Amino acid sequence: MSHEPRLVEVRKNILKQNDLNARELRRRFHEAGVFVVSLVSSPGAGKTTLLEKTLAALVSRYRVAALVGDLATENDAARLARSGALVRQITTGTVCHLEAAMVQQGLDGWEMDRLDFLFVENVGNLVCPASYDLGESLRFVAVSVTEGEDKPLKYPTIFNTADVALITKVDLAEAVGFDAAAALASVQSVRPGMKVLQVSAKTGQGMDDFLQLLEGGLHAARSGAAAGVAP
Amino acid sequence: MHELSIALSLVDLAREEAEKHGGRVCALHVRIGALAGVVPEALLASYEMASADTPLEGSRLVIEDVPVVVYCPECRAERALSSVQVFCCAECGTPTGQIQQGRELELVALELES
Repeated sequence: MSHEPRLVEVRKNILKQNDLNARELRRRFHEAGVFVVSLVSSPGAGKTTLLEKTLAALVSRYRVAALVGDLATENDAARLARSGALVRQITTGTVCHLEAAMVQQGLDGWEMDRLDFLFVENVGNLVCPASYDLGESLRFVAVSVTEGEDKPLKYPTIFNTADVALITKVDLAEAVGFDAAAALASVQSVRPGMKVLQVSAKTGQGMDDFLQLLEGGLHAARSGAAAGVAP
Repeated sequence: MHELSIALSLVDLAREEAEKHGGRVCALHVRIGALAGVVPEALLASYEMASADTPLEGSRLVIEDVPVVVYCPECRAERALSSVQVFCCAECGTPTGQIQQGRELELVALELES
């Protein structure tokens, strides 16, 4: 039968183009010595407030920029720009996650070697961002105390793509009866050894540890050491 | 729902590969890991939309689910995970996050007709 289909082996990553773009970004960031931190969480977990406080704390000592993903509005960028940091909104339209190409476009015209930190706030979503490498040095996944202790069990994939977990809004923990031990156990169940920080951007609780981790990461990256965080 | 984005990437990749080899694509074989962040049913539905009005229209998408396999440092062996909620060795219970398999999002092969 001459019309019998023939099987041709491909063995390529479906998101090959995104991975190539992410690799290119990582090379650019590494060459410029910029430490790139991304944040993923569900909508309303407090990414923007955390970032607002982080930019305010770092901007006097470091050169800081932020890219903020959002489906429709530019409100987050306007809020963050008040810190004095360089801020740009990536409006994704109907796309529920950031892709490496959107980060590349977002950086257009920015000189990387004039930066120490670049923050990338993903679109609020704990599912889709898991599939896309953005070339970042460190990825945080944030869950707030109001979301319940079992959030990691519901979204194990995103926890397995992030480097560090953040429990946010810990100032509300008592009011909502948040069981920190149960939440930590959930994280460890889906990602044994994962580092977890508990923070409140509102009261400042845990912010020193968070900032120290960022500064440590920058210095490690600059001294040529691997940017990964020991569990 | 990012399966449509993934389906569009799949169409691009498959077209590129099919051009190299020549012929019309009648089926695509992909492997999707349990930790790839992709729902196979959603990918199937999205693929139909993404491939419409392209040379891939009407081709079959064949999905192989890939379970998570971890390395157990205690047993010094690879173990299938019983649940993605519990990253422990299924034999001895030692917690482990050393993922050996399960993140795949791969176009394995094309069936081409000349």
